[in-house]
Amino acid sequence: MRNRFEQELESLKNSLLEMGGLIERAIELAVLALRNQDAAAARRAVAFDQEINEKERAIEHLCLKLLLQQQPVAADLRLISASLKMITDMERIGDQAADISEITLRLTGRPYIKKMVHIPQMAAASSKMVRQSIDAFVSGDLALAGEIVRMDDEVDRLFCVVRDDLVRLIREDAQNGEQAMDLLMVAKYFERIGDHAVNLAEWVIFSITGHHPKD
Amino acid sequence: MAAEEKIGINDLNLWYGKFQALKNVNLSIPEKEIMAFIGPSGCGKSTLLKTLNRMNDLVDGCKITGEVLLDGEDIYYNMDTSLLRKRVGMVFQKPNPFPMSIFDNIAFGPRTHGIRNRADLATIVEDSLRRAAIWDEVKDRLRSSALGLSGGQQQRLCIARALSVDPDVLLMDEPTSALDPISTSRIEDLTQELKKRYTIVIVTHNMQQATRISDRTAFFLMGEIVECGRTETLFSTPQDKRTEDYITGRFG
Repeated sequence: MRNRFEQELESLKNSLLEMGGLIERAIELAVLALRNQDAAAARRAVAFDQEINEKERAIEHLCLKLLLQQQPVAADLRLISASLKMITDMERIGDQAADISEITLRLTGRPYIKKMVHIPQMAAASSKMVRQSIDAFVSGDLALAGEIVRMDDEVDRLFCVVRDDLVRLIREDAQNGEQAMDLLMVAKYFERIGDHAVNLAEWVIFSITGHHPKD
Repeated sequence: MAAEEKIGINDLNLWYGKFQALKNVNLSIPEKEIMAFIGPSGCGKSTLLKTLNRMNDLVDGCKITGEVLLDGEDIYYNMDTSLLRKRVGMVFQKPNPFPMSIFDNIAFGPRTHGIRNRADLATIVEDSLRRAAIWDEVKDRLRSSALGLSGGQQQRLCIARALSVDPDVLLMDEPTSALDPISTSRIEDLTQELKKRYTIVIVTHNMQQATRISDRTAFFLMGEIVECGRTETLFSTPQDKRTEDYITGRFG
């Protein structure tokens, strides 16, 4: 039955996994560059964004082709429409990883005013959320998708810790202000990545159940 | 507000000789809505459509149990079939105009039911052709043969002919399967106009057509209704695995 369509749906899932892999790699590189103040790594992370955008275009093209040729219904329609929504969030995550690395380039050459502990934790948690939501999508695992919404609470908590630390550091010495602003933006980007991962998880839930949790 | 029931089908069983074509069918068809019947060939959807105006009466060895209620009246009990078919009109897969003029095609039914006055007939003909969205195309050639019309025009003529006796219900058996995409979309648009006045039951093999035009869809398999519900729900989140497999083309 509809072998070619089945194969194309598999290839769509694989493309999403690949795009997810690119995003994970971009976040990893961004954190590495930030932690080590490594300008070369930061530049590579920025360059990743281009590859992620291209992947988004390719997946979008495949989805539109499948809508046109197969006129999918039911679970197939949900899978394809969820993919179309998810790649938009994934592309934004790629942008944010690049934005973080742009800031990192500004931060190189001067010692950090704050130990790099919480921000890498945020990065690890949000990156895990992205990976897990795409895994949940591909395997149709509702429980896994449900966990992601809860994982975001930890990212939000870490963001508050970082913000409070930075406020304290500015209060102690106004000279800290400039770097504190940059670090706050970095933390905010990771917090946003967590939010995008929650969006991904919500589309995964829609794809499996037919109901968007925000409905 | 829930629509009034126009047709109620209760515990309906139908046999053609030894073969049971419909098994314990229960269905409620609301007034002024479009109900689509879908399912693989031989699943019983056309058979059920034909029971709604007793077209199966003519089939040898056909036996029916259960009831079909039209406005609460059992159509298999004490009902004159020609009056029933005046109330429940039918349009077939292949356009089947009579070999006579456009005017006479439409006037045929009303004449059968005793209308003789020329002015009355002319009013009915114009009205029916307008409702079937074909008046503008044929108003200057009412005396020419209906066989000279294109396939899409012939099908709208057949719809006009069905409307000429002022039915409540319109049965359509794959009404666009022999038509090109433009004629198909004209008929689809027409159904949306018609449902303001009539209750429509349509058999279609075209899933997209069912999603475009019907309010509710019933999915048939081997003489049974597997699932019936709001069309949008049935095609986005079907409840039964067999429905999902059929509509996504993974049936079998």
